[in-house]
Amino acid sequence: TASLSGEPSPTRSNICVNSKKKQMCFDWGPGEMLVCETSFNKKEKPEMVPNCPFIYIIRKDVDVYSQILRKLFNESHGIFVGLQRIEEELTGKSRKAQLVRVSKNYRSVIRACMEEMHQVAIAAKDPASGRQFSSQVSILSAMELIWNLCEILFIEVAPAGPLLLHLLDWVRLHVCEVDSLSADVLGSENPSKHENFWNLVTVLVLQGRLDEARQMLSKEADTSPTSAGMCRILGDLMRTMPILSPGNTQTLTELELKWQHWHEECERHLQDGTFAASPHLESLCKIMLGDEAALLEQKELLSNWYHFLVTRLLYSHPTVKPIDLHIYAQSSLDLFLGGESSPEPLDNILMAAFEFDIHQVIKECSIALSNWWFVAHLTDLLDHCKLLQSHNLYFGSNMREFLLLEYASGLFAHHSLWQLGVDYFDYCPKLGRVSLELHIERIPLNTEQKALKVLRICEQRQMTEQVRSICKILAMKAVRNNRLGSALSWSIRAKDAAFATLVSDRFLRDYCERGCFSDLDLIDNLGPAMMLSDRLTFLGKYREFHRLYGEKRFVDAASLLLSLMTSQIAPRSFWMTLLTDALPLLEQKQVIFSAEQTYELMRCLEDLTSGRPEHGEPDAQQLQDDDIETTKVEMLRLALARNLAGAIIREGSLEGS
Amino acid sequence: MEEIYAKFVSQKISKTRWRPVPPGSLQTAETFVTGSWDNEENYVSLWSMGDFGNLDSDGGFEGDPQLLCDIRHHGDVMDLQFFDQERIVAASSTGCVTIFLHHPNNQTLSVNQQWTTAHYHTGPGSPSYSSAPCTGIVCNNPEIVTVGEDGRINLFRADHKEAVRTIDNADSSTLHAVTFLRTPEILTVNSIGQLKIWDFRQQGNEPSQILSLTGDRVPLHCVDRHPNQQHVVATGGQDGMLSIWDVRQGTMPVSLLKAHEAEMWEVHFHPSNPDHLFTCSEDGSLWHWDASTDVPEKSSLFHQGGRTSTFLSHSISNQANVHQSLISSWLTDPAKDRIEITSLLPNRTLSVNSLDVLGPCLVCGTDAEAIYVTRQLFS
Repeated sequence: TASLSGEPSPTRSNICVNSKKKQMCFDWGPGEMLVCETSFNKKEKPEMVPNCPFIYIIRKDVDVYSQILRKLFNESHGIFVGLQRIEEELTGKSRKAQLVRVSKNYRSVIRACMEEMHQVAIAAKDPASGRQFSSQVSILSAMELIWNLCEILFIEVAPAGPLLLHLLDWVRLHVCEVDSLSADVLGSENPSKHENFWNLVTVLVLQGRLDEARQMLSKEADTSPTSAGMCRILGDLMRTMPILSPGNTQTLTELELKWQHWHEECERHLQDGTFAASPHLESLCKIMLGDEAALLEQKELLSNWYHFLVTRLLYSHPTVKPIDLHIYAQSSLDLFLGGESSPEPLDNILMAAFEFDIHQVIKECSIALSNWWFVAHLTDLLDHCKLLQSHNLYFGSNMREFLLLEYASGLFAHHSLWQLGVDYFDYCPKLGRVSLELHIERIPLNTEQKALKVLRICEQRQMTEQVRSICKILAMKAVRNNRLGSALSWSIRAKDAAFATLVSDRFLRDYCERGCFSDLDLIDNLGPAMMLSDRLTFLGKYREFHRLYGEKRFVDAASLLLSLMTSQIAPRSFWMTLLTDALPLLEQKQVIFSAEQTYELMRCLEDLTSGRPEHGEPDAQQLQDDDIETTKVEMLRLALARNLAGAIIREGSLEGS
Repeated sequence: MEEIYAKFVSQKISKTRWRPVPPGSLQTAETFVTGSWDNEENYVSLWSMGDFGNLDSDGGFEGDPQLLCDIRHHGDVMDLQFFDQERIVAASSTGCVTIFLHHPNNQTLSVNQQWTTAHYHTGPGSPSYSSAPCTGIVCNNPEIVTVGEDGRINLFRADHKEAVRTIDNADSSTLHAVTFLRTPEILTVNSIGQLKIWDFRQQGNEPSQILSLTGDRVPLHCVDRHPNQQHVVATGGQDGMLSIWDVRQGTMPVSLLKAHEAEMWEVHFHPSNPDHLFTCSEDGSLWHWDASTDVPEKSSLFHQGGRTSTFLSHSISNQANVHQSLISSWLTDPAKDRIEITSLLPNRTLSVNSLDVLGPCLVCGTDAEAIYVTRQLFS
């Protein structure tokens, strides 16, 4: 007598325990939810009995219920399945290229989701839901940021040189205020007089977008002739900065040498006070020299420590090795926060990545993020990069499988997303199969079409037990609904002989009551399925007898009828009906049953009548029934005797002739 | 090259149908309706491919369907048909049949008419009836024929509150789909592999003809009639086989074509180009069968459509068409002894539950919560 309030949203709800009753228990319900007893009544239904406890359902994975995140789950499912099918033999460069492409596909899905969520947040009517969507946007954005860094460090495995180029792209992608700033400034009448002009130039330099910065400087040079010379010199420094271009064949040492030379030139200009007249230009020059103090002055424009890190590397250690990254990362974090604030979860995750500690990244992400989607997919991808081989968990499966199982279980808890979960279970070699078996049986089957989909999943995986149980459920349902034909079909599909017998009996009973068969379209077309159970065989054969009789093929009908009894296929309880069916055949003008067949029929009748148990005190109804029975038996005996006589004469005359 | 656009819609799509273009009109189809299933709340939604002013001629967002309006639907949407330009008939897993009316002025959908207990069971255990899913509908203004898991056939008229004709226990097993043969004759397929022809002029509960697959009684899930040759009928089965029948002769299919690896959910002859046929399946594939071409080389080998691992999320251009041919045909005409099959979706997804073709336009919906649309079918 407990009431269920199954709202999908509450992760935490007030649980009020009646302390007098000293009852407090909870349990994990089916599919990722905690069920607990409470006397706290949220809906305040007056008709409820006051003493009746309530059960609260607390769901774990709320993100599954977001309409927009559903797109993420569905779209990434396709990528996931594609990734599992990547040929194992594929090695070296082509394999890596494939994996990078998969990673980029995942990220593009995250970005698409983020953009849509952003649109919804803007369009949201009430501020509360607007805030909720905005916070989702920032979570998605953080996910993409982390994923992108992991892609550079773990999947691309970029070496010194290209590593920095990737990191620059990473920062440019994620600190993107510069684009709106640029549009703002360039759209104004006189860009170089715009209040944000120097901010824009600075940001462009901070992000290493030196060509664009140079163009801006030329605008400044055009409008203020006094600084034109300085702008030209700084512009030249920007132009001559040696960078590694993808197509270039120069070695890292060559680059380092050139870079050193360029760096010294910048240093010289600063020492000579070339830009002393313009604090803006001087500060830009200091940034290009990688001056920490000058960089930290731009905290506002850098907006976060990892931008600071990348800019710092660009202008002081352009050929940083992956192994040294974490040293610079740590010091950048410390310098940037300056002891004023402590690192947040995102900072810790990025730091762990810079330290190449994959397990720490995944662990921190699992704690910080509200869903399993991210860690499950990222871990799986990293596992395909053969980065997690050695790590086994103490409870039987490895980390990849553990996270995939968690994610898939969350999907199965959802009313609709369960279909996606199946493929994830498929790719969990240790516990996937049993998990699927447990979950698939809990899918409610409200239509046959849904049942067919579930059956298909089970049949493809040879889950015979589940196939049987689903078919049985459907067969039972059909019997309850008086749909005997359907019930029989389902028990044939399940190869469930016992249930087929039960349904066949129902058919025979209906026949005895009504004197005609229902569902002839099915019974006439049983084919080999008829062999499933003796009773079903009998049903099919008995119907065949009726058809033969209807077609006036009396001889065939007669021998079929007799064989039903002699072969013991017909249940004893049905013999009297069969013998009665023989009556019209016995009364035909020509002899149909041979003498031998007649003897057999007689023996069947005697077997039946002698085997009858004696009743105690018969009531009126039974007396009447017995009366009819006796009449029937007497009629049969008479008919049999007459037929025997006819048969003997006929057979005798045939022999004689 | 065919461009197929994918759009993720956050609901599993059970049915997709193009709105018919007005007779005599030359415009291509623009609006389609979708129905969802297995969600906590299901919807009938109307989408438009039309221009919204801000598009460039190079495509851009040309292929992106925009939601016009939607309306809650009680239960899974089991089937959808356009009754006319404005009205849509929906079949529900609750046994209800609803006519929705589209108001183009304010872009809303409303319930126009409803038969709440069109399909129901009368069980021995239950004193009253319990609902039975309505599995299929077919419309021919003003008539609507519905079939269901209860084996019942209903004939409704849009202006009548009660069914005009009901055949109780028309089938001992589940009826999966229905289509008109020649009015007033209809065709039904059931879960024991039978094709039955019913004539509403005849009284009684017996079909006028039964055709069936031999042996294994493989359930049939869908049926479509050739638009010009009314005796030619295509059905799709649980084993993914495509069967072609000539209902004038014989009780067995004329040809059986090995097709999908799982249930074939829908089969459609192209309405104006019936040498082309389209099928979709639980195995996640969507096929275009072309019996009009002459392929020079002979090949009796038929293998499965490409399993490319690429996944392009928003605009998918299907470059890797899979061309295979097999020696067979859906007509007895000996000239057509070959059919070219093209897989239209770039990679396997979850079940493709429904498809519809009209002119150069095709729309399909999947359990992966995506709808795919192309408007250049034959280019």
